[in-house]
Amino acid sequence: EFRRFSLERSKPGKFEEFYGLLQHVHKIPNVDVLVGYTDIHGDLLPINNDDNYHKAVSMANPLLRIFIQRKEDADYSAFGTDTMTRKKNVLSNVLRPDNHKKKPHIVISMPQDFRPVSSIIDVDILPETHRRVRLYKYGTDKPLGFYIRDGSSVRVTPHGLEKVPGIFISRLVPGGLAQSTGLLAVNDEVLEVNGIEVSGKSLDQVTDMMIANSRNLIITVRPANQRNNVVRNSRTSGSSGQSTGSSLPSSTPNLLGSLLQGEEESDEEDIIIEDSGEPQQIPKAAPTSESIESLSQIELLHESTQNGFLPSSEMNSSHSAGSISMEYEGPDPGQKALEEDGTIITL
Amino acid sequence: QTVEHGFPHQPSALGYSPFLRLMAIGTRSGAIKLYGAPGVEFMGLHEENNTVMQIHFIPDQCQLVTLLDDNSLHLWSLKQHGGASELREEHRFTLKGPPGSPPSATQITAVLAHSSREVLYLGTESGNIFVVEVPSLRVLEDRSIPSEAVLQRIPEDNCNRRSCELVEALREHPKNPDLILIGYSRGLIVLWDLQNNKVTHHFLGSQQLENLYWQRDGSKFISCHYDGSYTQWPVSSDNRQPEPLENTVPYGPFPCKAISKIYWQTTKNGLPYIIFQGGMPRASYGDRHSISVIHGSQQTAFDFTSWVIDFFIIFSSEPAAEFDDPSAMVVLAEEELVVIDLKTPGWPAVHPPYLASLHCSAITCSHHVSNIPLKLWERIISAGSKQNIHYSTMPWPIDGGTNIAPDPPQRDLLLTGHEDGTVRFWDASGVCLHLLYKLSTVRVFLTDADPNDNMNTLGEDEWPPLRKVGTFDPYSDDPRLGIQKIYLCKYSGYLAVAGTAGQVLVMELNDEDAEHVVDHAEADLLQDQEGYRWKGHEKLKTRDGPVRFEAGFQPFVLVQCQPPAVVTSLALHSEWKLVAFGTSHGFGLFDHQQKRLVFVKCTLHPSDQLALEGPLSRVKSLKKSLRQSFRRIRRSRVSSRKRRGGAGNASEVQEANAKFDQDALQEMELAPVQRKIEARSAEDSFTGFVRTLYFADTFLRDSSRHCPSLWAGTNGGTVYAFCLRVPPAERRMDEPVRAEQAKEIQLMHRAPVVGILVLDGRSTPLPEPLEVAHDLSKSPDMQGSHQLLVVSEEQFKVFTLPKVSSKLKLKLTALEGCRVRKVTVANFGSCKTDDYSENDLAVLTNLGDIQIISLPFLKLQIRYPCIRKEDVSGIASCVFTKYGQGFYLISPSEFERFSLSTKWLVEPRCIVDMPEVTSNNHVHNKSGVENAARKSRFFSYSFIERKSGRLMEHALLNDEKVLKEIQSTLEGGR
Repeated sequence: EFRRFSLERSKPGKFEEFYGLLQHVHKIPNVDVLVGYTDIHGDLLPINNDDNYHKAVSMANPLLRIFIQRKEDADYSAFGTDTMTRKKNVLSNVLRPDNHKKKPHIVISMPQDFRPVSSIIDVDILPETHRRVRLYKYGTDKPLGFYIRDGSSVRVTPHGLEKVPGIFISRLVPGGLAQSTGLLAVNDEVLEVNGIEVSGKSLDQVTDMMIANSRNLIITVRPANQRNNVVRNSRTSGSSGQSTGSSLPSSTPNLLGSLLQGEEESDEEDIIIEDSGEPQQIPKAAPTSESIESLSQIELLHESTQNGFLPSSEMNSSHSAGSISMEYEGPDPGQKALEEDGTIITL
Repeated sequence: QTVEHGFPHQPSALGYSPFLRLMAIGTRSGAIKLYGAPGVEFMGLHEENNTVMQIHFIPDQCQLVTLLDDNSLHLWSLKQHGGASELREEHRFTLKGPPGSPPSATQITAVLAHSSREVLYLGTESGNIFVVEVPSLRVLEDRSIPSEAVLQRIPEDNCNRRSCELVEALREHPKNPDLILIGYSRGLIVLWDLQNNKVTHHFLGSQQLENLYWQRDGSKFISCHYDGSYTQWPVSSDNRQPEPLENTVPYGPFPCKAISKIYWQTTKNGLPYIIFQGGMPRASYGDRHSISVIHGSQQTAFDFTSWVIDFFIIFSSEPAAEFDDPSAMVVLAEEELVVIDLKTPGWPAVHPPYLASLHCSAITCSHHVSNIPLKLWERIISAGSKQNIHYSTMPWPIDGGTNIAPDPPQRDLLLTGHEDGTVRFWDASGVCLHLLYKLSTVRVFLTDADPNDNMNTLGEDEWPPLRKVGTFDPYSDDPRLGIQKIYLCKYSGYLAVAGTAGQVLVMELNDEDAEHVVDHAEADLLQDQEGYRWKGHEKLKTRDGPVRFEAGFQPFVLVQCQPPAVVTSLALHSEWKLVAFGTSHGFGLFDHQQKRLVFVKCTLHPSDQLALEGPLSRVKSLKKSLRQSFRRIRRSRVSSRKRRGGAGNASEVQEANAKFDQDALQEMELAPVQRKIEARSAEDSFTGFVRTLYFADTFLRDSSRHCPSLWAGTNGGTVYAFCLRVPPAERRMDEPVRAEQAKEIQLMHRAPVVGILVLDGRSTPLPEPLEVAHDLSKSPDMQGSHQLLVVSEEQFKVFTLPKVSSKLKLKLTALEGCRVRKVTVANFGSCKTDDYSENDLAVLTNLGDIQIISLPFLKLQIRYPCIRKEDVSGIASCVFTKYGQGFYLISPSEFERFSLSTKWLVEPRCIVDMPEVTSNNHVHNKSGVENAARKSRFFSYSFIERKSGRLMEHALLNDEKVLKEIQSTLEGGR
């Protein structure tokens, strides 16, 4: 059944209201449904909270196509970012789920909440042989889970090939964050940690740098396996390449620098407990630049993030968690654009 | 780096110049250090880093020659440069044999610096004696004394070829420089006439020879032997083959150990001093390191706690003097320098002004206090002088050179805590680190060892007449006594020390002996935490009833932490009369005026089992120290073995070591070193470990009222702030001190908090307690807002007060991969003007770098590599002073001093002048030597002058074969 109705773009309202509206226009007041929409890349994305609802409305151009499925016979596999190759199948997947019955799917519950786990960033400014990976360490439920070692790597220098000492990933802990991202592998050479080159630093120094940055670790590696590299400027490279290219005004060498500046302010908020006994986040004394992304305390609701590089930062801002109340200011729009690029990835 | 304090690590050789009155010590790492009058010090380092085997001063010159264990000779000289003398290496030289000869042919065993000052005689393992010109270090081939030449001139029935193997000793005749006495290892001694190249006398010893010494008039000499005997020999013109006058085994009749060195000193009253090293009965006293002094009926065997490296006697060096009249004996043992006054009856020891044995018990912590008020300084000195009455009053006998360094600008104290429960107070103002006073905390406790039990209580008729000397005693009776933290208030004279078994003692300076009861309080840091069992050491038992304390710092209260874990942090506020202490379980505050515990706070994380159950460090300590002592004994035995006996072994050992290294390397390649990358969590071990405590009078609650506060930082990145209410002075005894927790900050990066500091309204660190009262500091600015600086191992963070909000930070580890090990506020003054100074943070990182970080903006000013990053104990031992200097241990026995300040620099600056040569009976001989030198030529023997790394230009080499040989040696050397 198709329905067409209009919403005021500037005042979309809350998700619950929208959900009620949908139930109303379809006359299914007591049926649980899943709501999804297609974004500009043709990916079917869910609408299940205020943030992604607002995002979806802002994406309407001018039409926003929304799909509604009954929860009990929903095909979850249709959701999520994927390569362009699946784009044309999105509709058919949704409308005629029988087509895909050949392959039994692992049923993964619908994601209720989102947060980034890892991402490849700065694809446009790095050589194709390098990969800059950001790991979002969150709470203590999952270890970072990797080891590094000393080794030697061969470099091309004006004097020919030279063997130089390097730092390599030596082991991934099964079930750890590093392994679950699929972006890091044993024998990848570590080139930078949060923008600082590791050449000339000892294993212990690099270890300390990584641990010091463990809440927001950005490591630049040269993957041992060079076949999965992101290919730049290619239409077939998936949504990440495209959006990165479109939103960056120019290749900015200080991109990471500015990014780090942002992290610097946000990555760790010390907790202070005043004599009243109520813990609170330590506010900024002089907020010069505010967080481009706030990592708040959210329960990780589902473990299955194997491919779950979730596209936009808006999906995960402003969650309050536990007894800790946190103060955030709105993200700076300029930095938001960068951030958006930063977290999009496909393999 | 400015100067090294303490006793050189692993000394290996000793030399003395009676002319310069300077002493030289060589070490196994190739360092050479010269000492004269206090403040006169020089240091040199051989590039090879090989063991220095022998040191010989060139008579009447500012020059000395060192022999290393790679058989190389090095000539050093003291030259004036820029107004001060400097020690420099001038030449180096390795004796080379003819092609194809075994290395032993040129292995130098004895060196004689001839009084002509122009040649060195080098005795070798082959029995040949080579002559080397000084200062060029060229071999004078035609003047060498081959063993064959000696053999030819001796009746054949008395000796065979082997008699002339290995030159053991070379001694110049005291009156006639043309005669030298040559002692060969198998007992043959010959007197050689240099002018006529002939043997004038020969002496047939039956025992293996160890050393020789001339009587002053040259009519007799004495030889000492491997079997523990010594023999006197007459030298007369009529008898060419004299018989021994007297042969004595001083500690016979049972087999004795070798006497390795002997002195024979004449005196006016006719009774000579005979002083020798070793000779103890092999079975019962073979393990003693002794030097015996015999003077008439007096005989004492000085018993050293470590192996005796070498010794010398200071006697009248006046050539005209008829007698030696020895005044002092200087003994270099492996772990300390002992000087014995031979003039005062009873032969007391002389208190050395330098070369203090810092490690007489292992150093466990150190604390530096700058700018001590004169009053306190004098009281400490007077307390110390009462402890030193058994020392000789003789002025320091080694007094060469002149100290021209300016007087130290202020009085500084360095306090070292030791494993045996003592605290030593050192005068650290100048170049000489001098022991002022020693404090022992042992008396408060009951220990197994009886303090009166020592070696000195041997009976009168005991034989051998051993007397223990020296202070080196590394064996701790009870490791729990070890001192871990020290805090001295220089204004009030209050001292707090805390130890390994959770004991905290507060002391007061008393100029008189006193007997009193030490009050005792317990602080249960676990509070109501239940179900934990401490598996570590027990607390120390205290003595009941009054205890007698000598003048000095006397404890009046003991706070015992429960569980008795090692005290990890300590702070004393002498104005509020409060002491705070922390362990791995929590921290507490004690009011030492009312002698009442104010509060305790448990910092343990419930899951931290390790911290609860006991310490990792000290459980096995006793076992460990026993093992170490055995190892030490074994090692000293090995090293005291005859050096040449080890020559063959050494190469084997080296080979084995090399093989081992290679194996280890291969193994390493198989299993590379890995490091786990994991974020720190609250459940990590030892998060509750209290790292730092700090008292501050600041705005903790609101910005209108300031109050006393106590701050504590833990290993898990938590900072606790307590608001204190200290009653005013007039009601101080009546009202209790109250404390209330005001704030708790959890740093998200959870790195250990190593420093907490409050900056006043002018961004200046708050002054120390009583500093303002003594007019030594401006009172802090209480108008502007205060700031809190928290230094963790990874970050520096400035927060506002009273509302804690972060203002600034420097993420050191994230940027550089280094971690903060030590941090202190240092005041840097300008060396140009007196009215400018600034406060900065002096930081030592785990990489051994020192960084200066500005306050309050946290900008890195300079970075300087200081300690090798592998030198973990050096980094751990570092202390900064308040004025930008610092100390760290470069060995268990030596502090290196460094300065970050241009204004405060303590380094040796001294001049050694050539004293006037009063009379020279060698002058007549000089021309003869010169003639001989001119005649010298180079033949098939060759040597390499390595200084310039090229062939000698003036080597007249016609023989192509030899040229090739030299060439190949050179290339091989490279």
